[in-house]
Amino acid sequence: MEVSVNNKPPIQPKNNEDKVQSPWVEALQSFMKNKIALVGTGIVVFFILLAIFAPFIAPQGINEQNMANRLQAPSAEHWFGTDDFGRDIFSRVIFGARISLWVGFLAVMGSAVVGSLLGIIAGYYGRWIDTIISRIFDIMLAFPSILLAIAIVAVLGPSLQNALIAIAVINIPNFGRLIRSKVLSVKQEEYIVAAKAVGMKNNRILFRHVLPNSMAPIIVQGTLAIGTAIIEAAALGFLGLGAEAPNPEWGKMLSDARVLLIQAPWTMIFPGIAIMLTVLGFNLMGDGLRDALDPRMKN
Amino acid sequence: MTQSPVLEVRNLETSFVTKDGEVTAVDQVSFTIHKGEVIGIVGESGCGKSVTSLSIMKLVPQPPGKIVGGDILLNGENIVGANEKRMREIRGNEIAMIFQEPMTSLNPLFKIGEQMTEGIKIHMKKSKKEANEIALKMLKLVGLPRAEAIMKEYPHQLSGGMRQRVMIAMALSCNPEVLIADEPTTALDVTIQSQILGLMKELNKTLQTSIMMITHDLGVVAQMCERVIVMYAGQVVEEAKVGDLFKNPKHPYTQGLLKSVPDIRGEHSRLYSIPGNVPKPGSITKGCRFAERCEFAHERCVMEDPVLFMEDGEEHTVRCFLHEKRREVS
Repeated sequence: MEVSVNNKPPIQPKNNEDKVQSPWVEALQSFMKNKIALVGTGIVVFFILLAIFAPFIAPQGINEQNMANRLQAPSAEHWFGTDDFGRDIFSRVIFGARISLWVGFLAVMGSAVVGSLLGIIAGYYGRWIDTIISRIFDIMLAFPSILLAIAIVAVLGPSLQNALIAIAVINIPNFGRLIRSKVLSVKQEEYIVAAKAVGMKNNRILFRHVLPNSMAPIIVQGTLAIGTAIIEAAALGFLGLGAEAPNPEWGKMLSDARVLLIQAPWTMIFPGIAIMLTVLGFNLMGDGLRDALDPRMKN
Repeated sequence: MTQSPVLEVRNLETSFVTKDGEVTAVDQVSFTIHKGEVIGIVGESGCGKSVTSLSIMKLVPQPPGKIVGGDILLNGENIVGANEKRMREIRGNEIAMIFQEPMTSLNPLFKIGEQMTEGIKIHMKKSKKEANEIALKMLKLVGLPRAEAIMKEYPHQLSGGMRQRVMIAMALSCNPEVLIADEPTTALDVTIQSQILGLMKELNKTLQTSIMMITHDLGVVAQMCERVIVMYAGQVVEEAKVGDLFKNPKHPYTQGLLKSVPDIRGEHSRLYSIPGNVPKPGSITKGCRFAERCEFAHERCVMEDPVLFMEDGEEHTVRCFLHEKRREVS
């Protein structure tokens, strides 16, 4: 007769080795469980792929004019129709993704880096440095942001690059104030005092302990700000202060299509939908990131 | 004791600038710690215990805080005037500190090993590999099981007691001469508390590290310390060997504190409590600071500042007019 011996130890030793994970990985896992956020991410990834592979996807070049095919309604040949120069709107919208995403990413990157640096210095060192930096932020925020952007472009001269700079500049105080307040709370944490008690230098504490613990709101705000930056770039483009004529910037396309609204609404609708979808994607993704990185904000 | 003290604090005075003017949080505090000694500093919340320890580390937030006067001698070197560079060499290396909240005194974003080796790399100029070995050795020394695995874990994966062990290992890894423990067991439950205290006592014996134990728990003092300093409203009110203090408390405040400790034996009556609250720092400018709450207070207590009087030889001092007939501390 076979005697079954239970040679399993009564308590399984907890094997932590394979589930050691950083709080960042945990946040990512919680993000991956959020369906709406994944939809947002999907939209964003979709537009990024469109932008990268634009030359292969677009059936026509951005400036291939065909006067015979002016203002054609959407059809199998021209999915989004054609504009008043006979250019394929589908192709232009796809190439436009390159411009809008590029402007969005770069502008936000610029304002996040500069804003965070100023904010972290203001928050950590306090005193007069904080006063100066915070008052500059207050002054910048006192202007309606798009007006400030227009003023900056007006001084620098209208071009896509200057529009990008203007958008970066007007968003600096948002990042700066956000990280300043986060740093103010992080620097009260006991592990910061503990780091000082170990004999660490201020700069090292700042970049090794304070900054990583203040990153979460920056990531969230950064994602949300890309959406806003794309709208701002489109607005500047619409006002003729952004991309120059042949560039298929979405805002510029809207502006050009203004006069065709009744005659050929598709010239306006498709770039508009593109803007809307991209911004929606970034916003959903940003909300998901906020829920994942700061569970207390979730309701 | 013929040996010169490791740490000597003389007439330390630390004050804070508030909107109501300058407030003295630590007033003329003096004490010494010898090699391998464990002293306790007890008192209610807000009596200046923690500010005293932060002053020694020169970590009082400045402003609003400031060391106004006095000397802090570390092996004879006065560190009150020391510059920030020298202080960084001292912190963690010669004087280390552990904190009340083990849950929040580790950075949540870094692995235990990474945090432990930081101080070792700064002070002992070791390579990453050597620092890792030292950290590992320390983790084993404080009795943590699976030390190798813990090195690779994040703080949230450890319990409070384990984290406090990690903090102790971290504090002792550069072999400091003085360890300041600011209420190290307050946040832990009683069984873990006694384990941690036992560990500290043991490490004190084997490593000969002097410990300055800040606590409001007289039980902790009885278990750990050789000498006790009782603080009240920023002043030292009594200092004695631990046995003397428990058997023969002199200051009415100390007597009150001892009476407020619940006793598991005997009759269960209502627990004694000292009437009133600790006065707001700076609110008493004249007279004994405890006078308002003292059952023995008389006219003179409100009029004059008592000084520290010596009791029974050199070892027991008390700041109370009731004991004036004895000699004044020079």
